Order: sequence, then C-alpha cells, then structure tokens
Amino acid sequence: MLGLDPSAATLADPIATSLAVASWATVIALPPAIALGWLLARREFFGKALVSALLFAPMVLPPVVTGLLLLRLLGRHGPLGPALAQLGLSIPFSFAAAVVAATVVGLPLLVMSVRAAFAAVDPRYDALAATLGDGAWARFRRVVLPLSWPGIVGGAVLMFARALGEFGATIMLAGDSDDARTIAIAIYALFDDPRQQPEVARLAGASVLLSLVALVAYERFVRWQRRRLEWDDGA
Amino acid sequence: MSAPAIALQLQLFDGRRRVELDAPQGRVVVVGPSGAGKSTLLRAIAGIEPRARGRIAIDGQPWLDSDAGVCVPAPARAVGYVPQDARLFPHVRVRDNLLWAGRAEPGACGRVAAALGIEHLLDRMPRHLSGGERQRVALGRALLSRARLLALDEPFAALDRPLRRAVLAVVLDHLARERTALVLVTHDERELDGLDALVHAM
Repeated sequence: MLGLDPSAATLADPIATSLAVASWATVIALPPAIALGWLLARREFFGKALVSALLFAPMVLPPVVTGLLLLRLLGRHGPLGPALAQLGLSIPFSFAAAVVAATVVGLPLLVMSVRAAFAAVDPRYDALAATLGDGAWARFRRVVLPLSWPGIVGGAVLMFARALGEFGATIMLAGDSDDARTIAIAIYALFDDPRQQPEVARLAGASVLLSLVALVAYERFVRWQRRRLEWDDGA
Repeated sequence: MSAPAIALQLQLFDGRRRVELDAPQGRVVVVGPSGAGKSTLLRAIAGIEPRARGRIAIDGQPWLDSDAGVCVPAPARAVGYVPQDARLFPHVRVRDNLLWAGRAEPGACGRVAAALGIEHLLDRMPRHLSGGERQRVALGRALLSRARLLALDEPFAALDRPLRRAVLAVVLDHLARERTALVLVTHDERELDGLDALVHAM
C-alpha cells in the first residue's frame, strides 16, 4: 500500500509516491545516522569539524543547490556517473533520485537527533555496565542504544516529515518523472491548471495532514523518552 | 568463613591525597567525611576512574600499576560495584537488573531476592522503586555478578535499622559462601558487627 516497490510506483498516486520516498529515505539513513551520531557524540577524531560541516550543509544550503550538487555528482558525466553506469544504475530522473535527494536533505536532522540522544545517556550507566563485565559493543547494544532509542525514533519521525516535504533537491535530481512524482512535485506541476484544482487541493490537504500526524507522533516520542529516562527525580 | 581470603593491596594517589591499604584478609571498611575521596577510591578499584594513579593488586595480580603501564579494564575486573546512588538500569525490570552480569547460578536470583526482601519487586520497573528498594536491588545485582571483589558505596544509607541488619547479614552470608574480597565505604562504621574488617580512615 505504501508502494515500497519502485516499479509499482509508476503513475502512482503522488501521496503513495511521497510516502514511499520518505520511508525509503528514512530507512536508508538510519544505519549511517546511528554510526555518525555516535561518532559525533562520543568520539574525538581528526577532521570532526569538517565531517559535521559537510553533514549538516544540506540543512542550511538552499535545497536546490544540494540537488544541483547531487546531479553533478551522480549524473552521467559526474565523478560517480561512470561507476554507477557500470553497475547498471542511472540515478537522475528516477524514483531512486527522489529517494537520494530526500535522504541527503533529511539525514542532518536525523543525525542531530541521534547525536543528542546518545549524548543524553548518562555515562555512569556505561561505567556501571562495564563493572558488570560488558565490553564496548555489549554496552552500546544493552545500554546506550536502548536508552537513546526513543530519541532515535523521534529523529526518524522528524526526518520522515522533512523527507515528505522535500522539493528543491528533488526537482533538480529527479525532475518531474512519472515514478518520482511526489506530492510537492505534483502540486508544482499542476497548480496553474484550472482543471486540476481539486487534485491540487487534495494533495495540499494530504500534505498538511501527514505533516501534522508526523509532528504529533514526534511530540509523543519526545514525551515517552523523558518518562523513560527519568530516574534521578525519584532517587 | 571456609573460603580462603583474597588479599587486597593498594597504593593510590591523585595529586592531593594518598591512600595506602594492605588487607591480607581482603575486608576493608573505609570511613571518613564526605569529600575525602571514598567514592573515588571505589571507582578506581572498579576500574571506572580514568584519573586513578598508583597500584592495585588483588590476590597478588595487578589490576593497576601506573608505573608499569598496567590497567586492567573494568569488564575484565568485573567488580561487584554498588554506586552511592544505587543506580539501576532504568529500561529493564528488576529481575533483569539483578541478572545483568549473566553469571548467576540457577536459583540464585530467587534466593538473593528473598534474602534481601525484594522478591515481590522482580517484575517492576526501577522507576517505581523507593530509594531503599533500589539500594537492595543494586546490592543483589553485585552479589549475583559473582565478583571476586565487592565495592559497596554506602550500601545501607537508605535503609532503616532492622533492614540494615538484615542486609548486612546477607553480605556476611555471601562472604562466608563465596571467595570474595570486600571494600565497603561508609560514613558511619557502627552497626557493622560481625564484619571482621580492617577499618581505614580517610
């Protein structure tokens, strides 16, 4: 129903396409965001400032510029173009392009949430688990990850909402292709056609509704996190 | 007192203070005013005080020897550490806190929980526990980790007098049964009858 299969997204309802793009982008972004969030929260390394600048750039750059850079990078004549072509992949102007654009633009939000969630875990829990015999990986798996999980899920919801509304980078990298016609792209393509006004209104309404649902879900996750991590109050 | 003692020796300094202990019978009660560095000492023994300098040896084996560059990491020391705030893992039930180290013998969890009077709390989440209940769960978790050394930071602070006696009896029983050294920090060394320990004032 979410149209997670890209081929099924051909000529699909833009609402389904948007949900599919945002879902794929969030799922793809989660593993690197957890790794990057952990590195930024818990480790000092050479080039940390540069890594975070590059990572967070899509949050402050105009999305159109991000899209343009991605197009130059992934296009047929870009640095990654020949390698992608050898793999039989052509990213621009496809469903994958919309996913790549939403991933790159949404990733900083997710990494920021993950970093904050990891940083909020009291290091004394980590130390305690160490005295009980847990090595670094066991502590990450048994202590750090479960205690920051609500923050990670909250970040994923925020990223999903941001990916749902992505326009600038998507129009540059994916254009208005049939299988990448998201809500935002469809509205842009149809808004000055008098016959399409009911469709434009439907898509705009769906967009408002989905954003609200995502933000309410985010609020709930934040509250859940506070409740789960509350501990010192009662001690 | 069947099990042979685990000897504990340490010389620690942190720039301001120097602590020297030689406890061949492996039982030490550390007393002193707050701010004297008692909790820091326990963290150094547990291996979670990165600034610790000096020497710690248990059973003749070095855990820390700054001059020789030896520092056995905390997971390999596996000290039965009870922090002063009796911190429990907030995301798992009392039972899973007790069994966290995964080294308890079958049936030991129920026996220890009954002895500490916390068997009715096993399925609760830590945030629903009182301070005294948390303290007993934290102690039970340390006992069930089958550590070679118990490092207890004010383990009776949140307990009233009868409970304090009962919990001390559980610790004494554990020491009689298992081959375990003990370092207990307290600001009040009274009511430690039966604990035949070296008293070290800081």
